[in-house]
Amino acid sequence: MRAISDVVSFAPASPEEILRPPQPWFVLLTLLIALVANMAPASGVFMALRPDFLAVVLLYWCIQAPRYVGVGTAWFVGLVMDVADATLFGQHALAYAVLAFAADYFRRRVLRFPLWQQAVQVAVLLVATAGLVLVVRFIGGAPMPRWTYAAPPIVGALLWPLLSVLLQRPQRPRRRGDR
Amino acid sequence: MAMRPIPVDAPAFFHRGPSPLARLAFFGLLSIALLFADTRYRYLEGIRQVAGAVLYPFQRAVEMPAEAVAWVGRYFADKAHLADENVELRQALTAQAPIAQAYPQLREENDRLKTLLDLQARYGNTGRAVEVLYTGRDPFTQKVFVNKGMQAGLAPGEAVLDDRGVVGQVTRVFPYMAEVTLVTDKDQAVPVKIERSGVRSVLFGNGTGRAPDLRFTAPSADVRVGDRLLTSGIDGTYPPNLPVAEVIDIERDTGKMFARIATRPLSGVDRSQYLLVLGQAAAAPARPEEPAESDVVKRGRGRGRRG
Repeated sequence: MRAISDVVSFAPASPEEILRPPQPWFVLLTLLIALVANMAPASGVFMALRPDFLAVVLLYWCIQAPRYVGVGTAWFVGLVMDVADATLFGQHALAYAVLAFAADYFRRRVLRFPLWQQAVQVAVLLVATAGLVLVVRFIGGAPMPRWTYAAPPIVGALLWPLLSVLLQRPQRPRRRGDR
Repeated sequence: MAMRPIPVDAPAFFHRGPSPLARLAFFGLLSIALLFADTRYRYLEGIRQVAGAVLYPFQRAVEMPAEAVAWVGRYFADKAHLADENVELRQALTAQAPIAQAYPQLREENDRLKTLLDLQARYGNTGRAVEVLYTGRDPFTQKVFVNKGMQAGLAPGEAVLDDRGVVGQVTRVFPYMAEVTLVTDKDQAVPVKIERSGVRSVLFGNGTGRAPDLRFTAPSADVRVGDRLLTSGIDGTYPPNLPVAEVIDIERDTGKMFARIATRPLSGVDRSQYLLVLGQAAAAPARPEEPAESDVVKRGRGRGRRG
């Protein structure tokens, strides 16, 4: 019983816990799943609230695995998102590159905080990125979006604790001494 | 005792490459160059086509769960509901029967009149029914994606309708799907005329959640609240006489050059699931040369220099 509860427990890793480096295929797979989640059809309220899963996952890997995912990877992933969204070429690319850079700056200290405080910092990053996109599009002649434009980054930040726990599971060290 | 190499990676500063700031500057400038190229010159449509085709299987895969849920829902639809609907439809059919019966005769008569008037048939039975796959995610634009593309012969510029009126226009065509820009998209223009008075104007979209408005209409123009706007057909994109919108508010300020006329689209715009794409109208005769205007401009400039 003890073993099962250990496997399915969703307690986040404590800051002291040293996570193993992630498998590259796992990083790629999660990014792909996030991309697919971003492309899922939605309408109405879901459409307005739908967070940018890809940005959150990308941010997680920029913080946890800066060797695999950095500014360059983020930029390329953003380009893919631009195609998937049929938005302006370079819009998501720029946003994700800036996000990755900010993550590199934040990375050393953000993990010391409990998850909900991390979420607050993530919210700041995501809102700032959304603001950057807004500025870029506004210069390009787009109209001001509705106030609901601010909702997806907030929802994305609320997802942070859940996604962190899910994404860090394969990297948690196996606790042999617990038996 | 022999020195054994310590099994660690080379110091980080050897293989980390440029600093994040340098990378950000590089990729940031690259993005801005791309943004500029895309907004100004539309150079990148080819790349978009290829990448769109690669992403298509993913997009379809994502829609499958939603389609499955919808199918199960339909399967278990209430029998009584279906029976009710059947009765309603029968009544509607009976009510429309006289119109339907008169239609072949009307079409024949119309064809004859057209031939008499030496008019080209503006559009034949080239309508293709399409289904909306999903709404564009971009909050700045008003676009939907439909389930037919190049393989079904769709082409950019074709008009898109639903059962109540004009929805928009096909703007990009991918191999298996197409992007439709809705009439509410910012600066999406539809040439219209007012059904009651025949006054011609142009309807411009204003972006998400804002009413499209009639621009360049004099404050004295014959427009009333409740007037229906039909396509005028003068652009050769939209076939004439399709319902587009309804005037909901007029602000006449004689101090200004034009009246501000807000409208509400008659079609479902972003709520319709099934749409009809109408083939491109037959090519209008080429626009006559306009030497007069350039002459005027030249003369005007000449005068300016002299005076």
